[in-house]
Amino acid sequence: MTSQVSSPAEQADGADDTSDSVVGEQHVLRGAPGVPGSKEVRRLDRVIIRFAGDSGDGMQLTGDRFTSETASFGNDLSTLPNFPAEIRAPAGTLPGVSSFQLHFADHDILTPGDAPNVLVAMNPAALKANIGDVPRGADIIVNTDEFTKRPMAKVGYTTSPLEDGSLEAYQLHPVPLTTLTIEALKEFGLSRKEAERSKNMFALGLLSWMYHRPTESTEQFLRTKFAKKPNIAEANVAAFRAGWNFGETTEDFAVSYEVAPATKAFPTGTYRNISGNLALSYGLIAASHQADLPLYLGSYPITPASDILHELSRHKNFGVRTFQAEDEIAAIGAALGAAFGGSLAVTTTSGPGVALKSETIGLAVSLELPLLVVAIQRGGPSTGLPTKTEQADLLQAMYGRNGEAPVPIVAPRTPADCFDAAIEAARIAVTYRTPVFLLSDGYLANGSEPWRIPEPDELPDLGVQFTTAPNHQLPDGTDVFWPYKRDPHTLARPWAVPGTPGLEHRIGGIEKQDGTGNISYDPANHDFMVRTRQAKIDGIEVPDLVVDDPDGARTLVLGWGSTYGPITAAVRRLRTNGHPIAQAHLRHINPFPRNLGEVLKRYDKVVVPEMNLGQLATLLRAKYLIDAHSYNQVNGMPFKAEQLATALKEAIDA
Amino acid sequence: MPEVNELLSLVPKAEAKQSMKDFKSDQEVRWCPGCGDYAVLAAVQGFMPDLGLAKENIVFVSGIGCSSRFPYYMNTYGMHSIHGRAPAIATGLATSRRDLSVWVVTGDGDALSIGGNHLIHALRRNVNLKILLFNNRIYGLTKGQYSPTSEVGKITKSTPMGSLDSPFNPVSLAIGAEASFVARTVDSDRKHLTSVLRQAADHPGTALVEIYQNCNIFNDGAFEALKDKDRALEAVIRLEHGEPIRFGADNSKGVVRDPATGDLVVVPVTADNEHQILVHDAHATSPTTAFALSRLADPDTLHHTPIGVLRSVKRPVYDTLMSDQLDAAVEQNGKGDLSQLLAGNDTWTVVG
Repeated sequence: MTSQVSSPAEQADGADDTSDSVVGEQHVLRGAPGVPGSKEVRRLDRVIIRFAGDSGDGMQLTGDRFTSETASFGNDLSTLPNFPAEIRAPAGTLPGVSSFQLHFADHDILTPGDAPNVLVAMNPAALKANIGDVPRGADIIVNTDEFTKRPMAKVGYTTSPLEDGSLEAYQLHPVPLTTLTIEALKEFGLSRKEAERSKNMFALGLLSWMYHRPTESTEQFLRTKFAKKPNIAEANVAAFRAGWNFGETTEDFAVSYEVAPATKAFPTGTYRNISGNLALSYGLIAASHQADLPLYLGSYPITPASDILHELSRHKNFGVRTFQAEDEIAAIGAALGAAFGGSLAVTTTSGPGVALKSETIGLAVSLELPLLVVAIQRGGPSTGLPTKTEQADLLQAMYGRNGEAPVPIVAPRTPADCFDAAIEAARIAVTYRTPVFLLSDGYLANGSEPWRIPEPDELPDLGVQFTTAPNHQLPDGTDVFWPYKRDPHTLARPWAVPGTPGLEHRIGGIEKQDGTGNISYDPANHDFMVRTRQAKIDGIEVPDLVVDDPDGARTLVLGWGSTYGPITAAVRRLRTNGHPIAQAHLRHINPFPRNLGEVLKRYDKVVVPEMNLGQLATLLRAKYLIDAHSYNQVNGMPFKAEQLATALKEAIDA
Repeated sequence: MPEVNELLSLVPKAEAKQSMKDFKSDQEVRWCPGCGDYAVLAAVQGFMPDLGLAKENIVFVSGIGCSSRFPYYMNTYGMHSIHGRAPAIATGLATSRRDLSVWVVTGDGDALSIGGNHLIHALRRNVNLKILLFNNRIYGLTKGQYSPTSEVGKITKSTPMGSLDSPFNPVSLAIGAEASFVARTVDSDRKHLTSVLRQAADHPGTALVEIYQNCNIFNDGAFEALKDKDRALEAVIRLEHGEPIRFGADNSKGVVRDPATGDLVVVPVTADNEHQILVHDAHATSPTTAFALSRLADPDTLHHTPIGVLRSVKRPVYDTLMSDQLDAAVEQNGKGDLSQLLAGNDTWTVVG
């Protein structure tokens, strides 16, 4: 797949809830000073744009650039890239459509938006694949050059939707994007095919004009990206400017829009836009820094986790070792070997890879070594939907091993939160000497949002003490090292790394005698060790669950992971309309926060929305004997706020 | 690339003289009485002091199987891992800790069946590992099923009418997988075993040593052809680098290249052909002759089995290259600065 960047987000926030008209308040400003030209300018509080085209049209790049412009302008934003698993599906077909949705606002928002206000459709397939999501009245910009007989027939249009009246309910803007781009670039001496490629930059220029986006960063980006091909760089810049000028001069675009920076939404600080996988990668590097341990990644390429491997491979000057293994099993094996040697060890994967790694995770449980298993969930089972999101690997993470093999689970809630979640997972791993699951998903991985950049001194100290001296005295007075003599507080065993004189010891997957770590088949010892390993995980200190309940509600909505944005947006809508509802979101799923049982019992009804068939609900029901109500969606896409709000309203009323 | 001694120099030396006793752990050895593993354990414990490495910097990693209990008996650091994965785990350890001498102990089932993928990839990468492959041509720990090195037609519990699949020749496999050091030895020949292990220890990169090892319970006498004094004369070809490849009573047989096919053949040595006898070159850049030597052995009778170091060539070592890249990255970009990394190039500021 092409670039990614961007991601999740949410949708409307409180203000507009049920109405179809997605756009919020509008103020008409005429001839505002400093605004290009004398066209009408309207002010919006938020906008949702979707760029859609063929896989080869560069829609992800276009979306990324618009996102970057928007981030630097200071809007809050949330993105949702959506692309096929095929690198280049046959051109012009429905399976080949790639899209990028961006929601930006002058206030804080939580999702990439339910339905676009603006659809940019680069070809008939893009129009056909996306029109169902576009509400009536929205703007649709189409590349008319592609609406010829063959491309239309390919996707089943027998008449042109641009002419047969089927788009009457929309604000249709027919633009010959290809022709205009080629025309704009005729001085560059490019072939037609080469020139055509810049049509996405023309579209970006047009949209940048429409929404008053700053343009310098995109021009700079193009010049850097094509530094070795200055002619191509300048051609793209020219196409971008031509698009901007087209909006400015043509009569078809009579209005442009302003979305003010979301100054009140953000605490003071320095911000950048960041995707989930990037934030997660940075979190790992930061954890390594804070623990003063070298970072070692063993990984095998798999969508949607590969970008973490790519990113970490770029930072060797931080002492980061990345090892692309021959398979998923070797990837985690190498990581475990590095953990034995004293590295902060990580393996990154997705559901099918987790399945392959299961035996080694069990070994790590038995060896009691720190190891981060980063799982970026995608649609399953089997190969499933590699580029789509899902939360259906929770029970695999929880129980997917032979024997009693408890593993802590940490789940980030937004793209930027992947940074903090990675540090938290590392804290648990090194403190308790255990493998830890960091359970993200495709929506968080590829989505993006503004992130307040932390100062290094805000980060927790993860300092680790290796054991360097004997820790036990035998009855005869001899000092010895016992690899399974535990810290009485954490139940963690000592981490004595090879190279430490006098502490030579052997560990393995066979059951060990408590304390000495020698092989033991003694029944009572096994029972004790099984219970002790469980007690260690159960005893991990995690923060209490915080409940947001301003109105004293009777219904609690409880989520985990990437559903945070849509759930929060839905909750805002309900409260704005006078429906009290309490909200809580789990970061720690194993162990659960200590106060979870008490929180659940406070409410008459608990609703658990998940992108699976009710896996967290199953855990809650089993542990707390409560009648948790599941609300599920397993279609590879994040929840829409409106849909969740409706479902929650029904739960409140039932 | 670094010289042999330069690579080994990363592993700290023992401060005091060590003895075999220093390398024996306090654990009771639990192999079957008469198992060939005892001999290998004794040989390894016996030659370790000669290496002069600090024993806390030596690590034995194993998989699953009888031989994989080996680390428990060595008073070094050790990990008894899971079936087939030892080369992968050892790769992570060796590539992250170049101050360690990392040894893998594995068997024919562990290395060639369930762990075959990890073995070939470790060999092609040339990670600094010493792999001891105990080949007894049978599954011992699971009580006697045929293995990927068992001869065709092997009658076992899982193949009562005889096994159907052709065996691997581990030495051929290793050479095919780009191994930089491949040797074969026999459990009962302590002197030869020790000499081969010694050369493996000195090799920078992955060294694979196939050790023919007798399982006296489930496959007793599998290598008798190589051990019985009289039969061994005709069966064993002892390879010495720089020496003509001759064997048999009075060195009456030799290996020559067939000019018609280029392949190697065994011939009686005569005054006429003596000058044509192949001189063993373990350091030959091309693996072709080493591979041809590995094919001389008859998989059924073991006749004409070469033992010794078949191939030992210098090739860049993965761990070294990985470290070099880290150093180069620091040289090019400076030591990583966390604040700078987190901030990136495209930020905006919100003031209160």
